[in-house]
This record gives sequence, structure tokens and C-alpha cells, in this order.
Amino acid sequence: MLHTFVAYVEDKPGVLTRVASLFRRLNINIISLTVGHSERPGISRMTIVSETPAHANEHTANRIRASLHKLENVLDVDEIGKAPSVTRELALIKVAATAATRSHIFELVEVFRARIVDLAPDSLMIEITGVESKIEGLIQVLNETGDRVLEICRSGKMTMRRGKHSSGVLRAMGASDPDAPKPNLTHEIVNDNFADNI
Amino acid sequence: MSKKTQTTGTHPTLTGAEIIWATLAAEGITTVFGYPGGAILPAYDALRKFPIHHVLVRHEQGAAHMADGYARASGKVGVAIATSGPGATNLVTGIATAMMDSIPMVCITGQVPSRVLGTDAFQEVDITGVTLPITKHNFLVNCAQDIAPAIRHALQIAQSGRPGPVLVDITKDAQQNSAIFDFEAAKPQAYDPHPMLSVMDTHLREAADLIRNAKRPVILAGHGIQQSNAYEQVRTLAERMQIPVAPTLLGLGSFPASHPLNLGMMGMHGESWVNHAIQEADLLIACGMRFDDRVIGTPSTYSPNSKKIHIEVDPAEINKNIKADVALVGDLRQVLEQLLPLLPGRDGSAWLKTIAESKGESAVRDIRNLPDDGHLYAAHVMHDLWHITEGKAVIATDVGQHQMWEAQYYHHDYPNSLITSGGSGTMGFALPAGIGAKFACPEKEVWIIAGDGGFQMTACELATIVQEKIKINIAIINNGYLGMVRQWQEFFYERNYESTPLVSPDFVKLADAHGIAGAAVRTRGDLADAVAAARNHNGPYLLNFMVEQEDSVYPMIPAGKALHEMIRRPNNNPLVEKPTDE
Ligand SMILES: Cc1ncc(C[n+]2csc(CCOP(=O)(O)OP(=O)(O)O)c2C)c(N)n1
Repeated sequence: MLHTFVAYVEDKPGVLTRVASLFRRLNINIISLTVGHSERPGISRMTIVSETPAHANEHTANRIRASLHKLENVLDVDEIGKAPSVTRELALIKVAATAATRSHIFELVEVFRARIVDLAPDSLMIEITGVESKIEGLIQVLNETGDRVLEICRSGKMTMRRGKHSSGVLRAMGASDPDAPKPNLTHEIVNDNFADNI
Repeated sequence: MSKKTQTTGTHPTLTGAEIIWATLAAEGITTVFGYPGGAILPAYDALRKFPIHHVLVRHEQGAAHMADGYARASGKVGVAIATSGPGATNLVTGIATAMMDSIPMVCITGQVPSRVLGTDAFQEVDITGVTLPITKHNFLVNCAQDIAPAIRHALQIAQSGRPGPVLVDITKDAQQNSAIFDFEAAKPQAYDPHPMLSVMDTHLREAADLIRNAKRPVILAGHGIQQSNAYEQVRTLAERMQIPVAPTLLGLGSFPASHPLNLGMMGMHGESWVNHAIQEADLLIACGMRFDDRVIGTPSTYSPNSKKIHIEVDPAEINKNIKADVALVGDLRQVLEQLLPLLPGRDGSAWLKTIAESKGESAVRDIRNLPDDGHLYAAHVMHDLWHITEGKAVIATDVGQHQMWEAQYYHHDYPNSLITSGGSGTMGFALPAGIGAKFACPEKEVWIIAGDGGFQMTACELATIVQEKIKINIAIINNGYLGMVRQWQEFFYERNYESTPLVSPDFVKLADAHGIAGAAVRTRGDLADAVAAARNHNGPYLLNFMVEQEDSVYPMIPAGKALHEMIRRPNNNPLVEKPTDE
């Protein structure tokens, strides 16, 4: 099962190792990890998506969260369960393309609301942001149309909880009320299909 | 402090080396255990100017275990010092031992100069990397002005929340350079308790309801009782609600052994009625314990019909091995203080009577009831030692059979009176940990009890005892085997005694070579006189108890088996009828 954690950590040497080492010790695979500056000076924000092994029980996510919190350099940990949130990923995709074969890629990029950010005689680079399925979709279509993907660089997921919405909006999003008491710890990642899916 | 020091305002300028000791001294540290070497030499050079007693060990593992034993016996933080590279790595076993048992400890290591960090310089080891998973936290300090804040922070981390070891690695140049020493300014931010550590009223009420309505409750008494100083509260809970108490190994001493409500130790080598009571219970109140596998057997069969209230300071322990019905996450003492007003009283006599009845049959299997066949049994040694010392000694045990016999037959009435490596089961622990304990409570009688195997792992510390001129008593339970492993071979490997028979030196002569008096004991008849001789001797004393070689610890629940699947002592007491349930 996938679990997404957002952690605020001190921006110091070795902090990433401590976080990564914790997952290693718990024998839990990190699927994606993004780190960058947060709104607080000297504090970085991590989004960690991890996959708990099959034998893990329903309490594993809470244990990970509590264990993360025990790390001295970790200031705050949130587990984004079914709570309404926005998850995005950025990908750069370099595709083999010449003047003769470019035009249909332009169309694809248009459909996927991506952008061309580099154009060379025999390749071009696409920048795309969105949910994982959108990025996967573009890559798949490129493969299907016979375009040779030369390089893919993906940022990993970034997740942020949504602000407060009325319950009607929440229902439309298929999400639960963030203020409702947290159900006991079993969360599946709900696909974020609000607003930005194709 | 050095006469040469210049003063800036009211704050003196000191070398980093001086700052190490000045900080420790100002924090109230009076004793440290260590071993010098190149990268920590500046610190040793400055040591003499400060009111700190340094105990020179014979191996850095000993320093870590001594700091650990000091911490366990005193409840205060223990401090160990080592040089870089091999000095630091020699600490590792001791740090891991302290981590497993949540012992507050600070290790200070020297490190190569900062300009050569990462170059494989002579005696460079990435010790903060090595100890990352076995410390609560660690620091690499490479400038003098960071030393005081790091040490103060380390001391705070080691003792706050769930305690544990912290390592501070200080480069040689940081020790040599100077900085202004401002103790106040180096104070860490106030300890910020975990946000999950807030016990909710609803949970307290749920717990109180469960306790009030339970028919067959048992209190599981863990190490956390001693660590949060919650003896009184646990005792009040047990007495007021008439609930029997079963301690874990590290919980021994947290509830008086002689108390009528004390059932005895639970778990792998717990008596049958204790584990039986836990299996039959309808409510378990876990106080500062973590449902270790040595205690639960298998999670799936553990106390199947009970609700569990888990009171624990570390939220990561909740639902780890055993699911809690009500989790009260917080400092045990504070939680119990909130809980007790909700608990007016309860009649527990029926359940206590049931448990008492289930004791009868087990008692006849007790080795103490076997007729004296001329052999010396380790259990007799423990029992008699308990009797002679009136249960008032501080005992440091090693790991193995003798450790379990000690737990079964030395009845601990007092907190912090059993110093033993529980979670890690580190052989070689007893001798150095006992030395550390003696420094923590010099007025107390300290006994080190070790097997012939484990004793040899750290026997070099005999010289430390002599150099430090401390009075300590050593009992070697000499069975000629790595006893506990032999027992597993007997039970589970068809008596294939591979690599467990053990040739040892004559321990009495070994002691003698160190200038330590001693004697061998071969029969129970000689036991009392020998113990008296040791106690009365004005100086350290070693007793080599030549015990029955192939005795086993009973009862035993094989690892991974359910609590009721225990192996019991074969009933070969001719005075007792053989039960038919065998
Ligand atoms: C450092 C270390 N190595 C190995 C073990 C595995 N082990 C557990 S008990 C034991 C035998 C201990 O023998 P001894 O010290 O003679 O004590 P006894 O069991 O005979 O009382 C061993 C080897 C251990 N616990 N610690």
C-alpha cells in the first residue's frame, strides 16, 4: 500500500540520510521523495511516498509517522491519507524528433497541456506537470506513436493539503472532510482527479 | 579552570577541549568512563583542570557499558569518552545495548581534524554514520563554539521522552581552537514533547471503564516505570484496584517482588502461572513496556481474549507488536496521575484466588524443592545470595542462563537494583556495567553475576576495578558451557553441543593475578561461608561457582511459540507424584 508523508525537516547536512535510513531500517521502500525549501527559513519540506510491504498491518503508516517524528531534525510530519490534497509531479522528457517528425508531437503536447522547452535538430524536450497518470499517459502515447524517448527525468511527487472547502465541494472532489476526526490510520491514496486530469 | 584563560565580559575564552569538560561539569557530570587516543588527546590534556573523575577502562566497550550501568543504577545520564576510529567503533556494542534498553547515555568521541574529514585520514571512521541507527541522535562538531551547544543538546536528548544514547563526535581542531564559553547561551531550546503525546480525556475514561469492569485484569510492569519514576502510581493502581502485576525482565524492581500482588516475571522464562494469567486475562494494562517478542511469544496467540490498554511514552511503540484497544501515549507517571482519580476501587479477589490456585502444581517443580543431591545448582546460588544480601544488593548480570536464574530467584524489591541487558542481550555486559553501577551508588553492595562465557568477553576490566580501588563482588556461574546456547541445542538441536563446551582459565587465579581475592565454591554447603567471606573482604572479591553443567532454565517457551506451549522442568522429584498431563 502507498502512503504519502509530508515532513518539515531542518535544512542541515545528513538529514536526508537520517530520513532515508529510517525507511531502510523499517524495510519500507521509498517510491518517491522530493525535497526543497519551505515557507519557513532554514526548514525544508519533504514529500515522501512509500510502499509498505504486504505483511505490514494497518498501523504501519502511523508507526512510520511516529518514527519520523522521533528523528531530532524532523519538526513536523503529516500523513496525507484520504484527506483532500493536491499532488503534482514534474517531468522532463527528451524525445528524438527532426523537423520532419515534430509536428504531431506539438499536437500531443497541446492535448496534454505540456510545453516544449528545448528544440534541437534531432530532439526536443517536453516539460509536463500533473498527476502521475497524466505523465504516464504522455509517455505511453509517445511510445505508441513510435517516438523514441531518449531521456526521462521525473521530480517525484509533491503533495499539499487543500484549503478549507464546503462539504459540497468536498463531495464533488470525492474527498473526505479534513476536519472530520481522522479514521483509524488505514488510508489509501485516492487518485487526485480534480481539475487537472485529461 | 585554567589560569591562562582570558575573559570576554563575564564569559571566559576556552579551548574546545576545555569547553567539553566545562560543559559536562556545569551539567553536573562528575564521573566519565573513557580511553584516550590521538584524536581526543587535546581533551585529555585539559581534563585535570576540571572536577570530573575519569575512569580509565581497558576496552572502550567497557566504557560504554560502564556509562550504561551508571545510568541504570542512578537514573542519571552516563558519559563515555573514546578516541576516533577503533576507539569509537569499540563503543558500538555498548551504544546499541543502551539504545535497545532506552538508557540515557552520551558518548563523546574524538575525530580527525576537520580539514582531512573524508580523506581516510589515519584513524578516521565515519562514526556518526556508523551509529546513526543505534543512537537517538548524533552530532559531528567541527568548531569550538559549537561544542557546548552540542553537548548540552545531547544531554537533553538522551534524557527526554524515551531516553537513549547520543553521540557527539568532535574534531581534533575543534578541541584545539578557542571559543567564548557561555554556558547559558548554549542551552538547547526547551524540550518539545511529541505532539502525539497528549492523552485525551475520552481515552482516559475509556481506560478507566475497562479497568473498572475487568474481571481478569493484569498489569504488565515494564522498564518505563523506573524511567518515569512511577512506582507509587503503579502500586496505587494495583492495590486500589486489586490487580496482579507481572513485570518484564527490565521491569523487575519496579514493583516489589515481595508484594502479594506481584505474580513474578512474565515471558519466555516466566513461571507458568504468570503466563497463564496473561493468557486468560480479559484486560492487560501495559505500563511502560513494548510487547517484546521474548514476552509475547507469537502476536497471534498472545492473550487472545483481553483488551489492551497501552501506556507508553513512545508513540512508535503503539500497535507495533500488539494492537492496543486504548493507547495512552505520554509519560507513564503523568498518565497514571490523570487516570487514578477515575478509579475508586474494585474487588479483585475471585481472579486473585484463581491465579493462586494455579500456582500450586508449579511450585513442586521448583528447583528449590528438589532434594539436595550434592550438586550445586545456579538457582541455589541466586536464591541464597538473595537471602544473604536480604535482597538489598544491586546486581549486574550478564546474558544467558544465569541471567534468567537471577531474574527468577533473586527477588528485587527495589527500583534500579537489577542492571541487565534485556533488548540486546549483550554478553560481556555484567562486569563493566556493574563497575558503572558501583560508581553511581558507592554506598551500595554491588554484585556482578556472569557466566563463564560472557565474563571472558570483558574480563580485562578486572584491572579497572583494581586501579579504581572499588569494592565489588563477582560471582561467576561456571558451568563449563555457553550454557544458554547449550540449552537451545539440547531442546532444539538434538543435543548437538557444537562449539558450546568452554575451556576457561582458573578464574580465581586470574583474579589473583590482578590482586583480587577469590575462592571457588563447589557445594551448597560452602555457599553461605563463601558469600560471607566475599562480603566481609575489604576489597573486590571473586567467587567461582562450579555449578551443575547441564542444567536448564525452566520453564521455557520456545521462541515463536505461544505462551502456553512451554517446556517445563522434568518432574524427577521422587517426593512428588508425577502429574499425568506430561
Ligand atoms: C555478544 C554476544 N554473543 C553471543 C551471544 C549469544 N549467546 C546468548 S547466551 C550465550 C551463552 C552464554 O554463556 P555463559 O556466558 O557461559 O552463560 P550461561 O548461559 O552459561 O549462564 C550466548 C553465546 C550473545 N548473547 N552475546
